[in-house]
Amino acid sequence: MTQPLEVDGLGYVLADRGAGAAGRGRVIVQDVSFAVGPGETLVLLGRSGSGKTTILKLINRLLEPTAGTVRVAGERTAELPVTRLRRRIGYVIQEVGLFPHFTVARNVGLVPRLEEWDEIRIAARVRELLTLVGLNPDSFATRYPHELSGGQRQRVGVARALAAGPPLLLLDEPFGALDPITRVELQREFQALQRRLGQAMVFVTHDVREGLLLGTRIGVMHAGRLVFVGTPEQFRASEHPECRAFLEAA
Amino acid sequence: MALWGFYARNLDEVLHLVGQHLYLVTVSTALAIVLGLPLGVLLTRRPAWRTPVLGLANVLQTIPSLALFGFLIPLPFIGGIGATTAIVALVVYALLPIVRNTYTGIAAVDPAVREAARGMGMTDWQLLTQVELPLGGAVILAGVRVATVVSVGTATIAAAIGAGGLGVYIFRGVAVVDDTLILAGALPAALMALAADGLFGLAERRFTWRAG
Repeated sequence: MTQPLEVDGLGYVLADRGAGAAGRGRVIVQDVSFAVGPGETLVLLGRSGSGKTTILKLINRLLEPTAGTVRVAGERTAELPVTRLRRRIGYVIQEVGLFPHFTVARNVGLVPRLEEWDEIRIAARVRELLTLVGLNPDSFATRYPHELSGGQRQRVGVARALAAGPPLLLLDEPFGALDPITRVELQREFQALQRRLGQAMVFVTHDVREGLLLGTRIGVMHAGRLVFVGTPEQFRASEHPECRAFLEAA
Repeated sequence: MALWGFYARNLDEVLHLVGQHLYLVTVSTALAIVLGLPLGVLLTRRPAWRTPVLGLANVLQTIPSLALFGFLIPLPFIGGIGATTAIVALVVYALLPIVRNTYTGIAAVDPAVREAARGMGMTDWQLLTQVELPLGGAVILAGVRVATVVSVGTATIAAAIGAGGLGVYIFRGVAVVDDTLILAGALPAALMALAADGLFGLAERRFTWRAG
């Protein structure tokens, strides 16, 4: 059965500038394999520099893998035009990256517009999504990003990522820059969203609590390798030193 | 006042010279935008070219304008006596601020915005036209503004190589030591520079976005 996401033997070596000959370079990600099914959320836990963000960028080809294959809905990403691939993958980053010169509605409608939906359908979709992420379309659609709070911005970021109904969602520490109260609020809403949507998700974080709350499975990255994958229960029971280190820090 | 009397008596000639001046500035600035904007964009895509290209533009900028007009006269096609030579020289001077500000304006776009744009599946052209140019617009326009204001001033020197413009009065006034005549050329040129400055200033404000 084809899964929304299958990653097999993924590797990324950063070529050293001036190193010249092949084979030299810094290994960022090495031999990572996993699959994510519909409705599943794989949380990638890892310290800074463990390669977890790189994995997301290798999936949507903001970085080109140097080894291994990635399949999204059964298709090899390396063989898809990169823009088409990315329009099928929702992408949420910590800094949100809303376009400051676009209204909330235009930000959310970005991918549908790139995909040339007609305007009526885009407008309806934008209203639906803003409501879904808890923003009243009547008061938020025409606002600009600078008129929003951090939490509201990330809600718009999530709505934008969901706009074209992608089968796969990549989230890179989406709540990492928010204050603790807003963060808990958004985590709860996100949980409800997961249940309603049934999308496959890869969620990168270094917050164990967040990982255990939102993950159906936990993956632990260490020095570029995926050293553990399992359910939250298996993760709690794991003897792997990196899992222990995370659990003890929580 | 002597100046108003002069303008009243020579209205046709004044209008003709103002027209020539505007022509020199408009054509040269337009050409500099057509050349400089793509060049600036290219530098954001080929970072290795940045230093040599901006360096060359910097060096060209340091050539004294009268000397540059002189150098151009013997050249075929772009040289000779008249407006063409003047326009070529004015384009050379206008290029640096436009190329540099195009590069700077685009380079200053928030990396998170660029990453989001790419991650959403924008093509490079969509990223450029829908995100980078609008967001860098104010800085790019500031470059065009500087280029235009400098052009209005430099174009007065074009009279020395027979390109006409308001410099005709200034050179004539210097030659016969007549302040009124110098002022007759300098005043409209100064007003023109102020007007250009004001217009581009207004346009810049339209491109000012608060950080999201």
